[in-house]
Amino acid sequence: MDLTTLTYIVVGLTFALYMGIAVWARAGTTGEFYAAGGGVHPVANGMATGADWMSAASFIGMAGLIAFQGYDASIFLMGWTGGYVLLALCLAPYLRKFGKFTVPDFIGDRFYSRTARIVAVVCLIVASLTYVIGQMKGIGVAFSRFLDVDYATGLYAGMGIVFFYAVLGGMKGVTYTQIAQYCVLIFAYTVPAVFISLNLTGNPLPQLGFLSDTADGTPLLIKLDQTLVDLGFAEYTAQKGGTFNILMYTLSLMFGTAGLPHVIIRFFTVPKVSDARTSAGWALVFIAILYTTAPAVGSMARLNLTNTIQNPAYDVGDPQANLVYEDRPNWFKNWETTGLLKFEDKNGDGRIQYYDDKNPDFAAKAESYGWKGNEMVKVDRDILVLANPEIANLPNWVIALVAAGGLAAALSTAAGLLLAISSAISHDLLKSTFMPHISDKQELMAARISMAGAIAVAGYLGLNPPGFAAQVVALAFGLAASSIFPALMMGIFSTRINNTGAVAGMLAGLLSTLVYIFTYKGWFFVAGTNMLANTPDNWFLGISPEAFGALGALINFVVAFAVTKVTAPVPQHIIDIVESIRIPKGAGSAQDH
Amino acid sequence: MAFKSEDDKKAYWQKNIRLMMWLLVLWAVVSYGFGILLRSVLDIIPIGGVGLGFWFAQQGSIYVFLFIVFFYAAKMRKLDREYGVDDD
Repeated sequence: MDLTTLTYIVVGLTFALYMGIAVWARAGTTGEFYAAGGGVHPVANGMATGADWMSAASFIGMAGLIAFQGYDASIFLMGWTGGYVLLALCLAPYLRKFGKFTVPDFIGDRFYSRTARIVAVVCLIVASLTYVIGQMKGIGVAFSRFLDVDYATGLYAGMGIVFFYAVLGGMKGVTYTQIAQYCVLIFAYTVPAVFISLNLTGNPLPQLGFLSDTADGTPLLIKLDQTLVDLGFAEYTAQKGGTFNILMYTLSLMFGTAGLPHVIIRFFTVPKVSDARTSAGWALVFIAILYTTAPAVGSMARLNLTNTIQNPAYDVGDPQANLVYEDRPNWFKNWETTGLLKFEDKNGDGRIQYYDDKNPDFAAKAESYGWKGNEMVKVDRDILVLANPEIANLPNWVIALVAAGGLAAALSTAAGLLLAISSAISHDLLKSTFMPHISDKQELMAARISMAGAIAVAGYLGLNPPGFAAQVVALAFGLAASSIFPALMMGIFSTRINNTGAVAGMLAGLLSTLVYIFTYKGWFFVAGTNMLANTPDNWFLGISPEAFGALGALINFVVAFAVTKVTAPVPQHIIDIVESIRIPKGAGSAQDH
Repeated sequence: MAFKSEDDKKAYWQKNIRLMMWLLVLWAVVSYGFGILLRSVLDIIPIGGVGLGFWFAQQGSIYVFLFIVFFYAAKMRKLDREYGVDDD
């Protein structure tokens, strides 16, 4: 059976499964629509959180990032998992005890301020919407590469399926499809990893294969470092960026992870406070399975890719060692047609030279070999996971599985984000702020309409992605880290921070982060409007724009404390709320006012 | 109020905060310490051809994070019962 047919069958089966779940898990009340009725088992919620969290970027992008950045990509591995420690210890149990539907709900009530609620809603919508664009692109790309349909058709198919289960089932439908999607995506991620680890090291566990010896007795990572250095590239294990920036970047990702609303709301669906604590642990287990596999996938893929082009059986510099372009494997041709892989025969020898032509120390060697520049003019790092099974010559069904896995990762995250957006609109803006008198039935209808609206907007942005789509992920994490995370922390751990302090702090954190990002990346990401070049020597204390969120959070804390000092103290009934969320006893399921 | 006395309420919260703080210290030590700042020191200890510091950055810290979260959940369950504020 050819690959396309097989992929249609595998992807079709997973889609049929999601549809079936959607019909089974329809929501009848706002409690079910916003919080799945509050009865989700902590392990099940952990699994759903795993799918919610792991996006197209985690599934497709991260291993590629690790493959090319090596040690420096540890930022993402530690940052995107360490945030769950903050969630589990500092946020999830208390927010669960508070027992409302949304994140702005807590901020609005705790800081007894409509302004605080609206600031939180705006941060939530901007952060979630920027994040959802990436998922929509992931869906379009996966469809166009594996199912031979064009990008737009693929996007419509993805929107259709999300529409079906998210509008019908709300959080309930999203939760149960996410559980199914987790199973699909983790299976799709680990199966090729196991095969490749076995091939290269003889160890079936990628986490151990990563540290094992290859066939000739050299440890995998040493061999990779050696292979890269021979071609002028930096070692995989070497640190390339500044230490302080790596530190701040990791901290910003951890704060951002803990402050992203679509993750937090998942913990409103478990029955009890103690369940919220263990559920965060289960979420981390399910996430760690992929995150500890990712560096193995990245390093092994990089080795396989390099060895395909530069045959290790010959010395570097021996013309025989370089792959003859006409003999290139099929996957090479397939990815060339997508434009994500590009070859240019600079020295006209019909063979491919793949090396670092920007490394001045390697230039003399390259010249003595007769190389006229790196001929792999484009190797998009996103193709690494998708092409991985083909590069390693794995059977077609594995390739079809990876396509279904990538789609599951993108769909599950998109649905979680859209749910966070639609509940912020129907619950925080309509029910709590502008139309407090609507009934539960009317609010449910409003929730469904805002969900449909959010899907349409996300689809539009996916079809016409703004040029800065890649940049805005930094914005999403920056906003969550500098505005939402500190507000939640202060709301729980301080009884003193008052309404004015919280609003001033959130705005200060938000604005400082925005200004810092825009200073280097251009105002609203318009190219050419940046005031300083985005290079390490221009950065404040060497902090890159992506790493500023932690400093924004610090500014938020300081401003909130200072303003609180000079304004009216917190009323007693709010102090009572804070004290009641600090004890687990007496948590009902998440509910309306 | 679910607590027997004001003192109990204070003691419960202080014990919770102390546990949380120690675990956050561990959280920071394995990631920012072992994985980033002290990497070159730890790399003296070899593991699978690379150094221990590198291993903490790409694998080890995640395993410790897992331990922290489950340890906290178990300890807090005990503390909740001790003070009669559990949700079972």
